[in-house]
Amino acid sequence: MDCNNILVRNLYKKFDSFVLDNISFKIPKGRIVGFIGENGAGKSTTINLILNEIKKDGGEIQVFGTDHTKYSVKEDIGVVFDECNFHDVFTADNIEKILSRVYKSWDSTLYHQYMERFKLPHNKQLGSFSKGMKMKLSIICAMAHRPKLLILDEATTGLDPVVRDEILDLFLEFIQNEEHSVFFSSHITSDIQKIADYVILIHKGRIIFEEQKDNLIYNYGIVKCGREKFASIDTDDYIAHRITNVSTECLVRDKEAVKRKYKDIVIDRATLEDIMLFYIKGGTA
Amino acid sequence: MEIIISNSSDKPIYEQICMQIKSLIINGTLKAGESLPSMRTLAKDLHISVITVQRAYEDLARDGFIETVSGKGSFVAAQNNEFIKEEQLRIAEELLQKAAEIGRAYGIAYKQMADILKMFYEE
Repeated sequence: MDCNNILVRNLYKKFDSFVLDNISFKIPKGRIVGFIGENGAGKSTTINLILNEIKKDGGEIQVFGTDHTKYSVKEDIGVVFDECNFHDVFTADNIEKILSRVYKSWDSTLYHQYMERFKLPHNKQLGSFSKGMKMKLSIICAMAHRPKLLILDEATTGLDPVVRDEILDLFLEFIQNEEHSVFFSSHITSDIQKIADYVILIHKGRIIFEEQKDNLIYNYGIVKCGREKFASIDTDDYIAHRITNVSTECLVRDKEAVKRKYKDIVIDRATLEDIMLFYIKGGTA
Repeated sequence: MEIIISNSSDKPIYEQICMQIKSLIINGTLKAGESLPSMRTLAKDLHISVITVQRAYEDLARDGFIETVSGKGSFVAAQNNEFIKEEQLRIAEELLQKAAEIGRAYGIAYKQMADILKMFYEE
């Protein structure tokens, strides 16, 4: 039995000024996977390739165990982009009417339950909706056709903490079914740190790591020391470093092992944000 | 069942869950055979990753506190009193070790320390 909802192998795409360079990763069933990286790292490109919105130049993408270009896979995917793409003149009820004819599995009852829960008006034009309301509507629409896979591109960016929390709740509810997965990209690493099972970091079109989140936040650490001490640390023992006028910091993969090896050094826990910054901005060993 | 997670604690979240469920079992709040919330439900309620809960449940199962039946969920294992005692002894040892360290460091005589323990016992 296939245990992944998405499987990407050696995916390659070339643009004039950007190359997505043979990336591979997977989205297991029953898991929430966070996708992080700076602007222009290739997150949206990857998502659009999975959805076959843009054509790949090489490699393989499987969704639900079959080729992603098959039209039938889209029925089971719920997608949310960072902007609400419904036209401002429509009301939520108009959207429902349209989408109920688009998806075979559209569930009107579920749609109305979500509308009720998020207290969205049925008959107001979307032009009068706030950003948070629009995003909630987009997510409701993505979920009302009972997909097995949710893909969200920066869906929580620009929303206030209360709305983001409600949305994270929805994700956790969604994966109560073990066949479901959520794949979401976000700049807000704290959201990913909260609920993701796995984290993928992409940088300049390459996958830097694909790791269990708990390993990242419990095993990784940041060593803080003076320049002299830093010189005594084996370059094999750290991933990246950062030198300031007053101290030197470096990111290590296994903080307990480093603690045992070197006496008298300070090691802090690393947040996802720290890890991302070190990989992207730090000098490598 | 109440579980309180601290994000600022030094202890990883899976360890906090594990410890708290252990003490709920040992103090009798959770009885043998009682079912625990599913991993997914607990993850949702605590707003944490499923893998974190999974790890806590795996540790609990490894230590014999719960049994996980695939497709049915996790249950409090029939408790072996010897086993619980051993666990408690281990905790007591740790605390006594700390007391001994303080004693040695500050020159408190063994006799005095032992008398204190005796006093607490007889209280």
